[in-house]
Order: sequence, then C-alpha cells, then structure tokens
Amino acid sequence: MDTQKPIVTMTKQVVPEGKKSFRISKEGRFIFLCLLPAILFVSVFTYYPLVRGIIMSFQNYTLFDLMNIQFIGLDNFVIVLTSPDFPRVAMNSFYWVFFSLVFQLLFGFMLALLMRKKFRGRGIYQAFIFFPWAMSGFLIGLIWRWMFNAQFGVINDLLLKTGLIEAPISFLADGAWAMAAVIIANIWYGVAFFAIMILAALQSIPEELYEAAAMDGAGRIQQFWRVTLPYIMPTMLVTILLRVIWILNFPDIIYAMTNGAPAGSTHIFATYMIDKVIFGQDYGQASAVGVIIVLILMLFTIFYVKATKVEKGGDF
Amino acid sequence: MTLFLAFAIFPLYWIIITSLKGQKEIFSLPIQYWPEQVTWINYLGIFQISHFQVYIWNSFLVSLVASAMVVFIAMLGGYVLARFSFKGKRQVMFGFLVTQMIPMFIGMAPLYMMMSKMHILNSLFSLMLIYTVMLIPFCTVIMSGFFQRIPNALEEAAMMDGCSRLSALFRVIVPIMLPGIAATFIFAFVQCWNELIMAVLFIDEESVKTIPVAMNAFIKKYDIEWGAMSAATVLSVIPTMLLFAFCQKYLVEGLTQGAVKG
Repeated sequence: MDTQKPIVTMTKQVVPEGKKSFRISKEGRFIFLCLLPAILFVSVFTYYPLVRGIIMSFQNYTLFDLMNIQFIGLDNFVIVLTSPDFPRVAMNSFYWVFFSLVFQLLFGFMLALLMRKKFRGRGIYQAFIFFPWAMSGFLIGLIWRWMFNAQFGVINDLLLKTGLIEAPISFLADGAWAMAAVIIANIWYGVAFFAIMILAALQSIPEELYEAAAMDGAGRIQQFWRVTLPYIMPTMLVTILLRVIWILNFPDIIYAMTNGAPAGSTHIFATYMIDKVIFGQDYGQASAVGVIIVLILMLFTIFYVKATKVEKGGDF
Repeated sequence: MTLFLAFAIFPLYWIIITSLKGQKEIFSLPIQYWPEQVTWINYLGIFQISHFQVYIWNSFLVSLVASAMVVFIAMLGGYVLARFSFKGKRQVMFGFLVTQMIPMFIGMAPLYMMMSKMHILNSLFSLMLIYTVMLIPFCTVIMSGFFQRIPNALEEAAMMDGCSRLSALFRVIVPIMLPGIAATFIFAFVQCWNELIMAVLFIDEESVKTIPVAMNAFIKKYDIEWGAMSAATVLSVIPTMLLFAFCQKYLVEGLTQGAVKG
C-alpha cells in the first residue's frame, strides 16, 4: 500500500501569533487528549509493573516473608544462575526457539509459495491452513497432549501402523521426547503466521520485476533467488526477529502440554518463571529470571540487527 | 499441498472425533478413526459436571468489554498518530514497540499485588483491565495504519463545513473505516478469549472463571477426562473460528500491512 502520508504538519515550535497560535495549541490539546488514555493505561499497567519487577529482582521478595523485604544485590541472580535447573532451562529455551523458528519458517515459506498462485478453492484452502492461528496456545497444547498420549494417542497409532516404530513411545513421559513433542505442537501453531506474512510480502512484489527478469533470460529458479528472495528479505528479517522474541516469551503450549514435566525437563524460561510466580511464590527469583530473559533478548536483538543490518522495518 | 492441509486440519479433526466418542471407545484399542457410535454425551456432560455456561458467559463478557475499550482507545490514538506529526511521536511509538518485546511476566508479580491492592482480584474487571492494556499498543499501531489509507481530504472537507475534528472523525472517517475497526475488534476479541496466563493468575473463584481458567483447573485437579475435555475444546473454539472465518480477509490484510510496508 503506497500511502502518501496525509500529514497535517504541526509546527514544532508554537508560533506566538494571536489566532493561529490558539489553533495550534488547540490541536496540540487534541493530540494530547487522544493519546492520553493509551499512554496512561500502558504506563500504569505495563511500565510500572515492569520497573517494579526489575527492582524486585534485587530484593528477597517471597510471599512467606513479606515483613523482611530488602535489597540483596545480585543474590537472586546468583541463585537462579547456579541452580541445577538453569543449564537445562537455557538449553530447552534454545531448542524451543531454534527448531520452532526454522520449521515454521520453512513450512510457512513453502506454503506461501504454493498459495501465491490462484487456484480453485484457494479461499477455503487458505481459511483451513490459517485457522490454527485463531486458537489459543492452551487449547493447542491440550489437543496435542491428547494426540501424543502414550496409550491411546493417535500419533503412536499412526507411527505403529506405518511401521516407523514397533512399540508405542511414552512421548510426554520422557524428557527428550517431550521436548520434541511440544516443539512439534508449536511448529503446527506458527506455520500459519509465517505463511500469512510471507504471502503478503510475496503479493507485494510487482509483476514487472518478473517480466523483466524473464526477458533477461532468468529461469524460474533464478527468478526466485534474484527477484523473490531479495525483495521480501526485509520483511522476512523483521518477521524473524519478532518471532524469536515472541516464541521465547510464549509459555502457553508448554504450560498446557507438560507444564515442565517430567521433572522440570521441558521448562523454558517463560514457563520456569511462571512456575516460580504461581507455585514458588518467590517473586524475587522469578523476576530475576524475567530480567535474564530480557537481557538475552536485548543481546540477541543487538547482535541480530548488526549482523543483518535490519534497521527499522515495519511497525511491529 | 494436500499434505499441508492434512497436517493443519488433522488435530482439529481428531479432537472433534474424540469429543463424539463415548468414554469406552476413547479408551479402547485399536483406535477408531471414525466413532463407532456418535454420541453427544460429552457435550451434555460438561454442562452437568461444571458451570460451563457460566465460563462461556464470563469469557464472552470480558472479551467483549475489553475489545470495545481497546478499539475505542486505539482509534483515538491511532488517528492522532496517523494524521499529525508532533514532538514525542517517535517516543510514543517506541514505547508501544517495547511493550511487544518484553515478556509481560516480569510485571506479573507486581501486577498481582496491584490488583490485590485495588481489590479486584477474582473479578472480571481485573481481566478486562489487563487485556485492554495488553492490546492497546498493537491495536493502536494497526489502527493508525488503517487511518493512513484514508485520504485526509475527507475530514478536511467535513471540517470546512463546520464539523469539529472529533465529530469529523466519528461522522466521516469511522463509517469508512468500519471494516478495519471490525477486524481490530475481532482480533482483540479472539486474543482476550484465548488468554490464559493472566487469567490463571488473577482468578480462582468459580463464579468468575473464564473458559481457559476453568479448563486449566480441571486438568490440574483430576486425571484428564479426555471426552469432556475434547468437547470443551471444541465448544470454546467455535466462536473464534466463526469470527475468524467471517473476517479472515480484513484481518490478514490489516495485520500484515505494517510489516510489509517496512
């Protein structure tokens, strides 16, 4: 959509001249009043708790001992980082993000390429492909939990029938399998998102580019590498960055499927932290985990932006 | 292509099939890919063993109120962001962007305490409030994208005729934008309808549970009763599916617009 932004430019300095300045200040007030609710809500209920949370990560804040809250420096971080759970949670988080992202991207891309051409029933096809996106992570987790059921699960049944395995696998009772299972569920969920984004990007490529490329004798495959990919690259890079952040912060599927079981072997940072808030009630340590997530994401983002030279694409 | 379709649809197919099987058939081998005897017993069951109608109503109420508030707030904010350039605009946009990047969980414990101080724990109001807040940044930016597509001349003409800016907005622009507004509303509605973590944190009283909270409590308490669970899943997915089917086109267009522009 190439919009020529119809911007009424507000002068940056208020011109002190009778009627005109009145008009501008009135407009300024209009701007202020319109944005006020959004800013107010977000400041009070997003930024304030955020800052409080960060402060908490330096305090011994447990619900059992509310009388005795004080700053304890980096103790929470030390406890979290040296806890025996930490390496596994970190590795799980990495696997969770990496494999989910790679396969979502791969399948999403293939799907978008398939759906770009017009064919009969494309609308319906698209609706079915995209629908997981309207479901909640929690329900998706439940559905897959049932499908992965060791005894009566359909996945074991299918694998047995096709002869890929000989005995049913207790997917969710074994750490490594359980991790694979939650990642598969997450891939299923996220393919639609990538497909939507990439499809939209593909459709924005002007047809002339292909015509020109064909004129110059580029074959299909060459067209893909020379025209398609470069053109949608900016969108892809931004989408990938946002997805990494989003996947890392997305606890719902794991929460519903295993909630860290068996024995904490499927926790990622997000579920680990929720576990600490809801069951552990140690807000200090929980917040420390949160701060660690943010630090990791910040480092990653800086590195990513440097490496790919994405500057500022899109709004979100 | 068919493979993708199968992969996408199968889980849903499976949960529907399970929900239509009797208890015995669910837990018997070999697994049947079509129920031997279609039964509605699971659906009837969830209304008998739980207050499922109450949860549906709660979910509906929370989602409706929160998305209405979000749309209203996002409309005002989005309009201003689209039409004016002013000092601090970049900062506002940046402030919104950051909220999308930072895990909400850091604020979870403080939020819980805030809600407790405000005495709105275990009330639907707490959820309406927090969902509104969570959705404001994204929806505001989306809305601002919609506004940018509408030529400025329209409201200028209206203002020339003596409308104030606000009434020009509501009388002239909003009617044109209805599809976009509807898409944003539905997006927000679906998000609220699906939200679990905050709801689990704030709610544990029976009368104010939303569907996800109730289902969550259920799977934590007992061995999962898969028949009932499947039926509950299907029932709670239907509304979002309908909404999604209804406005898929606008939604996809609206939500991708921002990213593609970049």
